[in-house]
Amino acid sequence: MRQKILFIVPYALWIVLFVIAPLVLIFYQSFFDISGHFTLGNYADYLTSRVYLKMTLNSVWYAFLITLVTLLISYPTAYVLDRLPNKQFWLLLVILPTWINLLLKTYAFIGLFSRTGSINQFLRFVGLGSHQLLFTDASFMFVAAYIEIPFMVLPIFNSLAEISPSLINASKDLGASQWQTFRKVVLPLSMPGVKAGIQAVFIPSLSLFMITRLIGGNRVITLGTAIEEHFLTTQNWGMGSTIGMILIIAMFIVMFVTGETKQKGGSR
Amino acid sequence: MKKLFAVVCGIVALCAALALGSWALNHRQGGGSAKLLTIYNWGDYIDPALISKFERQTGYRVDYETFDSNESMLTKIRQGGTNYDLVVPSEYTVQRMKKEHLLAPLDHRRLTNFHYIAPEFRNQPFDRGNRYSVPYFWGTLGIIYNDQKVRAQDVQHWSQLWNPRLRNNLMLIDSARDVFAMALISQGQSVNTTSYAKLKQAQDHLKTLTPNVKAIVADEMKMYMEQDEAAVGVTYSGDAREMMSVNHHLHYVVPSEGSNIWFDNMVIPRAAKNKAAAYAFINFMLEPANAAQNAEYVGYATPNAAARRRLPKRITADQAFYPPAKTMRHLQVYRDLPLKTLGVYNDLFLEFKMFAK
Repeated sequence: MRQKILFIVPYALWIVLFVIAPLVLIFYQSFFDISGHFTLGNYADYLTSRVYLKMTLNSVWYAFLITLVTLLISYPTAYVLDRLPNKQFWLLLVILPTWINLLLKTYAFIGLFSRTGSINQFLRFVGLGSHQLLFTDASFMFVAAYIEIPFMVLPIFNSLAEISPSLINASKDLGASQWQTFRKVVLPLSMPGVKAGIQAVFIPSLSLFMITRLIGGNRVITLGTAIEEHFLTTQNWGMGSTIGMILIIAMFIVMFVTGETKQKGGSR
Repeated sequence: MKKLFAVVCGIVALCAALALGSWALNHRQGGGSAKLLTIYNWGDYIDPALISKFERQTGYRVDYETFDSNESMLTKIRQGGTNYDLVVPSEYTVQRMKKEHLLAPLDHRRLTNFHYIAPEFRNQPFDRGNRYSVPYFWGTLGIIYNDQKVRAQDVQHWSQLWNPRLRNNLMLIDSARDVFAMALISQGQSVNTTSYAKLKQAQDHLKTLTPNVKAIVADEMKMYMEQDEAAVGVTYSGDAREMMSVNHHLHYVVPSEGSNIWFDNMVIPRAAKNKAAAYAFINFMLEPANAAQNAEYVGYATPNAAARRRLPKRITADQAFYPPAKTMRHLQVYRDLPLKTLGVYNDLFLEFKMFAK
């Protein structure tokens, strides 16, 4: 028994120091105005500001789109990967881009998308003329989805790989068609992976900020932009923390929504 | 298990060897901390040959660290635990640091080379009498344009940026003060205004600029302008110099009706460990030959009158980087505004960006 308690110490310390303490600090900080007086004004400002509310809607909307796009690409990818002969190798290729620094990948996209970049060169070559690719919603979504895809593929792949082939064989033996097997057996059993993937993609997407400037040219503004500004430029840490709290609440909502059905479907 | 253990041991041994190696490298030149000068400067903002020359000449050993924004530098110094002997903040940050008692006053008897600084760059409003700071470089905010896409006479003034012909062809720097400076000057106001009404007016004016704004970016603007992504950009003179050295179709203009002029300055933090070394370095950098070499390497304008005379004519005759006296009179320095006002600038700017689409 004592040994067990000893083993939990590093984990508990980690959680308290690096998860709970920062959360408490952000919560505490969000009640102070710029001159250090206690106030509820930050929340009042947030809730009455047209700018912040629109920004919040923007962030949620873009995060939703990014998650949807990554999911639509990742599920079939994971499904096919699971059926390939050297699946560990193919999976490695999906994970490989995460080894490269995020900023470098984003800069690479600037080179691809610019007016003189490779994509426009190709478009001109096939006679379609050059187009404005950078600073558009489409390019922003594309880069964000590209960056998030590995985090969606991995959990879905794992949950698909866990499904015992005998279940699928049984379904076929009992006369289910290919589609019915997928609908009634594979999809429900892979749901935990999908939910984990949604959490892993939606939550970081809510507060993206570097890509909004580099690829979106600040034409896409999310809450991350506002937080960065409040902490770095205006030194209004209270307002920055308040927006941070909003993000944390949004995250809890997402966790709750995607975690809820676990008990219901948990037939294991 | 045995194999894993061996691998872990190997990694630990390697790390220990590396740590020992870096410690040995640091101490090889010897001299202890009395001979160590720690400098905290902007990235790529000094000719490295000058550091070696300083080390050879004085016997001090230089530990050179860099930062990328005034705010991050200020936060680091404010938190304490640092022992920088010499820092190079911009003027409004000098003012802030002064207010927060982070700077050591300068002893002008020890600044034997201060007289080389041109009179017009001494005694600036952000530090009267240069009690805390010595100017290092100065520069402006201005317009960079591509001569293949616009004619020079169409981009000489801020108000011309509102021309519908520039539709979706203008890049702005992602900084509230600079974008508002442009709008305020084009309306004949001070760049340091604290009046909400005037700022709101400037914002309304900015909103009419949105059809022309292609993107609001930071350092990436250099790359975008070099790659012909936009015809016109609003940027700093130093960045402009870099872009122009890559793309020869780019030119830089400081509007004659006025703009922002900024100074980066050498200061000694209160917490400095080796003030003697810091004074030696300031005097070394003020030496005309060294200042000229540095200005030629970095590409910014030098406040050092003797150094300016030593620079090649093609540099000092360039009105974009050494503007004529008539323009110089209209240039305004940013004052450190109260945090509340700074908040207003940024909130209005955020709103402008928000609805810029």
